[in-house]
Amino acid sequence: MSTTITAVPTKPWQASKRERALDTGIFLAAITTSFLVVALTSMKGKLAYFTIFFIAYALLTSVFKATQRGSAAAKDAFVNSLVAIGAIVTVIPVASILDTVLRKGLPGISFNLFTHDMALATPTDPLNNGGLLHAITGTLTMVAIALFLSVPIGILTALYLTEIKGRFTGPIRFLVQAMSGVPSIVAGLFILSAILYPITKAYSGLMGSLSLTILMIPTIARTSEEVLNLIPNELREAGTALGGTQWRTVAMIVLPAARSGLVTAIILGVARIAGETAPILLLTGGGDKVNPNAFSGPMGSLPYYIWKSFNAGSPEAITRAWAGLLVLVGLVLILFTSARYLGSRKVAK
Amino acid sequence: MSVQELLIPKPREITTEPRFSDKVFRGVVTTGGLSSLLLLGLIALFLGYRGFEVLRQEGIGFITHADWSISTDDAGNVLESHFGLAAMLVGTILCSLIAVAIALPISVFCALFLNFYAPGWLKKIMVTIIDMMAAFPSILFGIWGFLVLMPSVEYWAKLLHKYLGFMPFFKMQVPFYTRSPFVAGVVLAIMIIPIITSVSREIFSQAPLDRIQAAYALGATRWAMIKAVVIPHGRSGVIGGAMLGLGRAMGETVAVFTVLNIVFQINWQMLLGAGGNVASLIILKFGDASPYEIKALMAAGLVLFAMTLIVNALANLIVRTTGKSGR
Repeated sequence: MSTTITAVPTKPWQASKRERALDTGIFLAAITTSFLVVALTSMKGKLAYFTIFFIAYALLTSVFKATQRGSAAAKDAFVNSLVAIGAIVTVIPVASILDTVLRKGLPGISFNLFTHDMALATPTDPLNNGGLLHAITGTLTMVAIALFLSVPIGILTALYLTEIKGRFTGPIRFLVQAMSGVPSIVAGLFILSAILYPITKAYSGLMGSLSLTILMIPTIARTSEEVLNLIPNELREAGTALGGTQWRTVAMIVLPAARSGLVTAIILGVARIAGETAPILLLTGGGDKVNPNAFSGPMGSLPYYIWKSFNAGSPEAITRAWAGLLVLVGLVLILFTSARYLGSRKVAK
Repeated sequence: MSVQELLIPKPREITTEPRFSDKVFRGVVTTGGLSSLLLLGLIALFLGYRGFEVLRQEGIGFITHADWSISTDDAGNVLESHFGLAAMLVGTILCSLIAVAIALPISVFCALFLNFYAPGWLKKIMVTIIDMMAAFPSILFGIWGFLVLMPSVEYWAKLLHKYLGFMPFFKMQVPFYTRSPFVAGVVLAIMIIPIITSVSREIFSQAPLDRIQAAYALGATRWAMIKAVVIPHGRSGVIGGAMLGLGRAMGETVAVFTVLNIVFQINWQMLLGAGGNVASLIILKFGDASPYEIKALMAAGLVLFAMTLIVNALANLIVRTTGKSGR
């Protein structure tokens, strides 16, 4: 009789069952310690659970590894827990923010929010009075004008950096990066001092759009530059070899090839400015009525509406603010997701 | 028989001179490219022009004095005015330093986690979450910070004062914890974590693979490898990322305004509920400012602009030189 021997692959790098059981044991021991300490001492609250669990776990694993494999392994285990804590602490605020916005914003969302403006209502009125139609239309108008102004400038800047590569490439790349750090309030003050006071002398949606343009240009320019750098040089050479001038090559080959990437850049720019508040507070005047004309009269917008409701302070007003935030966050997330989706596709050839 | 005339075709002129259409194209693109230079110049010029009067009157006191007051008669003429940014500047620096001090270790550990610990699927999810966090509007952080985070942070501040009060940073005479620079610092820290994390992640991922593998082959643990290869490679890049975060934190307006109590007094005690912030000052005073005070606010904006520009330029310089040097 012959017996068949099957070779079972051993995986020496994998933790054995015993090791895994011990790891789980340490984890459970740390949880137990945190409960015990909270129950027995005067330290209370979520923070106490969290800190004690972390300290207990880090110490227990380090000591355990030290007995097994010496001090190097102990340090490694300790850093493992530090790194995990870094990742967890980063995610907690996002979870908390999304959770709060959904829980507090949903009660304020209703149909008439999208069909009424605040012309006949104040933030402290009951929730079925008024809505944020004026804010949504205002934000969309301002973003549209800002897009109209900043897309050409942003893409031209990116083209200069990738296609022309002239004398100013270094300085311009440097300045565009510096410009992305300009505080939004400074952009607002600039429009205030350069255009609103000397020329128009009145709040309007256009002023808001101009300040948003300044904030949007660097985002579009930097992202487009990255996208255009990804376009293979062979395409440009092929264009030139066919007798195309640089203008024809860029307009008919490079830009179409980079189309989806450029759209991503534009969407990211919109996501960056849709929630800008400080310049809007300085420049638009924040009207309560739907105002389709961006060139005259105060114009409402989502950030202004949220700000005004939040400062009014009554429970209804706060609910309004959260509902406005939910709409704004929804808008930003939709933009962000579509940018991700378009950006994840390969550059079209 | 006539002599057949030979038509010798003239050779085409060979030139490197670009066509007319290309000249126009280059001109337009260069103009577009230079617009960022123009805009930055105009910002400095106009803020300086508007704020000049106040800057000249106050002189160096605009930065070193801490009182901000203006009195006018009924006709709106300025009788007496004192504009000093010292308290606000100290507050801005204090808040943003607290933010960086909190955010830097968290971000570096998070970036290490993403590059060297996390499995592929978790890395993908977390990178999306962190990028999404960077796209959240600042007013969201402000209102969330005020209504949700502030009570907890005040409690943490009390704990810090109680148990670590002997340390110079956590000392305070009057126990008043509401709306302190510490609260603003925590909110700002949450806002700049995504920036520092993504810069650090980028830099860490450029760490030379052959050295990483060499370290492992010599029997290094993961931490030993990180200490020997990744940290020496990425140190200055991380510093650059931290400075980018610092620049963002200094210019943040709405989020700070909602959680900070603005007081015109120089205050270095981070747990005390009295702080200052240049950007928030502008929002606070803008609503009912007289024309002369607006000029002072413009000058304040100019100071803020210069500060953030310098910090950002340094940060970009540091990040770029590390990125280039490779190893």
